[in-house]
Amino acid sequence: MRYFADWIIENLEFTRAIPSEYVYLIIMVVGGLLLLLFVVPMAGALTFVERRVAGKMQSRIGPNRVGPQGIFQFVADGVKLILKEDIIPTAADRRLFKLAPYIVFVGSFLTFAALPFSQKLIAADLNIGILYIFAVSSMVVVGIIMSGWASNNNLSLLGGMRSAAQIISYEVPQILSVLAVILLTGTLGMQGTIKAQGWAPQHWFLFHNPFAFIAFFVFFISAVAECNRIPFDIPEAESELVSGYNTEYSGFRFGLFFLAEFANVYVISAVAVTLFLGGWNTPFYLPTGIWGLLPSAVNLAGLITFLIKTFVLVFVCMWLRWTLPRLRVDQLMTVGWKYMVPIAFFNLVGTAVWMLVWGDKSIAALLGG
Amino acid sequence: MKIQYKELSFWEKLYLPAIVKGLSITLKHLFMWPKFTMQYPEEKPEPGPRFRGFPKLVKDKEGHPKCVACGLCAAVCPPHAITLQAEETEELSWERTPVSFEIDMGRCILCGMCEEACPVEAIVLSDTYELVINDTRKWVFEIDKLLEDWEGKETELFLKNRK
Repeated sequence: MRYFADWIIENLEFTRAIPSEYVYLIIMVVGGLLLLLFVVPMAGALTFVERRVAGKMQSRIGPNRVGPQGIFQFVADGVKLILKEDIIPTAADRRLFKLAPYIVFVGSFLTFAALPFSQKLIAADLNIGILYIFAVSSMVVVGIIMSGWASNNNLSLLGGMRSAAQIISYEVPQILSVLAVILLTGTLGMQGTIKAQGWAPQHWFLFHNPFAFIAFFVFFISAVAECNRIPFDIPEAESELVSGYNTEYSGFRFGLFFLAEFANVYVISAVAVTLFLGGWNTPFYLPTGIWGLLPSAVNLAGLITFLIKTFVLVFVCMWLRWTLPRLRVDQLMTVGWKYMVPIAFFNLVGTAVWMLVWGDKSIAALLGG
Repeated sequence: MKIQYKELSFWEKLYLPAIVKGLSITLKHLFMWPKFTMQYPEEKPEPGPRFRGFPKLVKDKEGHPKCVACGLCAAVCPPHAITLQAEETEELSWERTPVSFEIDMGRCILCGMCEEACPVEAIVLSDTYELVINDTRKWVFEIDKLLEDWEGKETELFLKNRK
């Protein structure tokens, strides 16, 4: 975004009259709106895709009535949610109850500010990008526990508490497995991490060394747990807690929770792609000079590569969701603390040892000589 | 009773092979499993031979209602949905014929007991399964409504299927 801002200030005459801070401000607001315009339909479309995938996996058809193959189902759902009555229980803490869904959504939406889309397409290439993403996405749990508390409903409260326990437990292995990658790159920036990887699978951090390979799975499993998705969806376990922390919500506020959930799925997939799967590195070499390709074309190829990789991971999330049963609370904690955390520590130490012995050479580099 | 549990092997304790197996099954379903869902308004289901839909009165070959107005159906009807009035007749080979026969479809529970009670197979539950009646004033089915679409051949075929 900074790149576009600089380009606009350099190339458009009329912006010279305005102080550059204002230009930056306006461009940031526009960029935020563009991101929102990306996130909301994308999250909505993911709900539809998820329902179709679920249907096929269960030998059903899924929604196929609204529009061709039902692709406008999410629009209909959204309109319905907005038109619904917004009920606030009498016993609820009104202010917290109203605030909670916004915090949840803002928490997952803010992460998009540091998510890369292509070589130049990133809202803010922070030098602490990964740290920022995990810090901001932790806000989601504040919103969830707030909604559970404010609903004044024992099931909601239980859901909120479980969510807090779960997210805190799984944040530890998640960040430890990310640390292994940070050791390899030496940077916390998202673009820097991607640039450290190549286009081919053997240049990805996934296949960099055996520890990074395990780290990817630890990261992905913990990230799915962070999203409260099915093998780890005890905060909204339907069979026990009705719907968990969002039981009392209706209408648009409920829609926000849903939107945040699907935005989160995209975020974790995008982060996994950035850290382990080579990000926007296109699988073929696109020289700007030789073929006379515009930088924007390279950008577009990068964007398409990134989105394809990300949506494959999103599909894996859905696939897991419609295959696995829900874990019990104690099983969840066992998996988290007894397996994930030690494995993540082992990875971290293993990566450090690897770096000591071979520097940042990958297996492919070692085998290739 | 002491339940003997099988000792799990290492891989079974790890659950990973089981998870991979489950994932492969769902992936198989995603791509190559037949869909069983019927797209209802476009595709209509074929009711089975013993299906119990709307009750109908049966006509004989000459087009007279087979009903002899004995009142057994009305007597046996659990929700008292059937009301009928008998009349003496000279035209037919039997003496009694219904002058009015009403089934209150707001009450009918489609149990089929009228069909079982009827001595002359004059009332049957048809295979009409689209049972929605939007207007409460049309709930009560008169004799004309009950007799329509039930001329000779179709009825015979239907009854034959049922046996």
